[in-house]
Amino acid sequence: MKAAWKEKAIRLMLFATASTSILIVIGIFVFVGKEAGQFAVKPGLKELLGSRWMPVSFQKESFGLLPLITGSLLVTALATALTIPFGIGAAVYISELARPTEREILKPFIEILAGIPSVVIGFFGLVVLVPLIKSVFNLSTGLTALAGAVLLALMAIPTVVSISEDAIRSVPASYKAASLALGASKMQTIWKVTVPAALPGIVAAIMLGIGRVIGETMAVMMVTGNAAIITASPFDSVRTMTATIAAEMGEVAFGSIHYRALFCVGIVLLLATFGLNIIAQKFLKKYRMG
Amino acid sequence: MNEKAKKTAKLIFPSTVTLVIALTMMTGCSKREGGTGSEQRFITIKGSDTMVHLASSWAETFMQQNTDIEVSVTGGGSGTGIAALLNGTTDICAASRKIKNKELQLALQKNIHPHEIAVAKDGIAVVVHPDNPVKELTLEQLSKIFTDKSLRWSNVGGADKEILVLSRESSSGTYVFFQEMVLKKQDYMQDAKLMPATSAIIQSVSTDKLAIGYVGLGYALAAKDKVKIIAVKADDNSPAVMPSDQTVKTGHYPIARPLFMYLNGEPQGTVKTFMDFCLSAAGQKVVTDTGYVAVR
Repeated sequence: MKAAWKEKAIRLMLFATASTSILIVIGIFVFVGKEAGQFAVKPGLKELLGSRWMPVSFQKESFGLLPLITGSLLVTALATALTIPFGIGAAVYISELARPTEREILKPFIEILAGIPSVVIGFFGLVVLVPLIKSVFNLSTGLTALAGAVLLALMAIPTVVSISEDAIRSVPASYKAASLALGASKMQTIWKVTVPAALPGIVAAIMLGIGRVIGETMAVMMVTGNAAIITASPFDSVRTMTATIAAEMGEVAFGSIHYRALFCVGIVLLLATFGLNIIAQKFLKKYRMG
Repeated sequence: MNEKAKKTAKLIFPSTVTLVIALTMMTGCSKREGGTGSEQRFITIKGSDTMVHLASSWAETFMQQNTDIEVSVTGGGSGTGIAALLNGTTDICAASRKIKNKELQLALQKNIHPHEIAVAKDGIAVVVHPDNPVKELTLEQLSKIFTDKSLRWSNVGGADKEILVLSRESSSGTYVFFQEMVLKKQDYMQDAKLMPATSAIIQSVSTDKLAIGYVGLGYALAAKDKVKIIAVKADDNSPAVMPSDQTVKTGHYPIARPLFMYLNGEPQGTVKTFMDFCLSAAGQKVVTDTGYVAVR
């Protein structure tokens, strides 16, 4: 029975590799939570509710997360607003209207966009986009939430396009045939039948796109000016949660309150992306079953 | 082994394997010996980003003379360097600020005794757009510009326009030094834009007419075609001084700081040889060549 034993061993090894990611996710939650938990003990979670993030100060260090959370929300919301029309428009065109040759050119280019390192996109933003926004909107500086949002939209669009395109293509051909047979035009069929039928998949695509946007760091850090103020204007500077962690983690003294506060920021970020992923999975399941 | 035990083993074995792998990955961050024996052939320097260029120039020159010794230099920031010294993962920590009391206490807890050596000086230059009519500012005016949101260029002798305040990130040694030295320990205003790198400040100041920022002297001199360097007055009655090697060394230019190397205890063996080199005439020539100011 040597062969059976061998098979079992291989099975076990594969199971071990497959369960690694679960253990790592749990490990991350535990370790990040441990540091953040110590913050809850010492200065207390109330400290996080303040509206001032001033971690390096000779006067009084403050760790209010509100400006960081609103900063992340503003950039994410703007980026989503830009991503949705471009993402869905491109997906509809590629899946329904493009000629095969067009599709063969468009798809690889969108995939290349997805593969550009975010630092490179950030550098492009700093040198090209920031001066452009400054002169177009006549601002004193282009280092704004809008600049960050445009760069993030660039990064989210490929994700949204490829998943929505997949969703639109998997709408059964009989739906379209029925619609056309009833005398609907091609455009009517696309917007009234195909897109609504693919909607759960499209929503999931947008959710995953937002997930990428909220976790993105480098590009945002380079162009948003990083001033920790609470604002709803796209023309103000914002400091996102990711940029805060990336910028401050390198210098912070180990085990200090500031160090633990950064882990609290990490927990908030982790919960946000976790939530988005769960919602996206729900929608994906729905569209796969439907 | 009966059936049930087999089943349990089947579940326990792979989880244990992954757990062990995960744990080794987490704790595996090497704790190497901070050994200072004379046999040491390998020195690591870690710390301030401001000093990376200087430290690597020293390392290069030093290795040309001592071919059997290898010196490796990494940045990450003064705080990172001090943390590495505390964890025993570096021999020398380069720092553009003094060690903080909290860090010192933490060091003593870990039985590490930071030994401080001033190796060079750095001036901080204040830069504005070349078209800005403002030529000189007092320390008090600078402090107001960086703390008071309502201040306009007209308050300090410029056009009636708002001031775009650019600062380094709060993780930078330069940020803390400027805060202590110029802002007299007040907080920066919340609207100040925090730029992730010196090059980003130069880039923004060279394109934004209303911007003001601060950068290390070496960077400012290298970019003097793109930005205008402001002459600084210690107070209303003192003369305005342009930053330069000479004025930083003599102490006439008011915004200057020492740069440090921290070791664990007195320098010994190879590390001592290296430190002696840094402070020698040849070592201090490297300092001036890289845009900083010599201490000896």
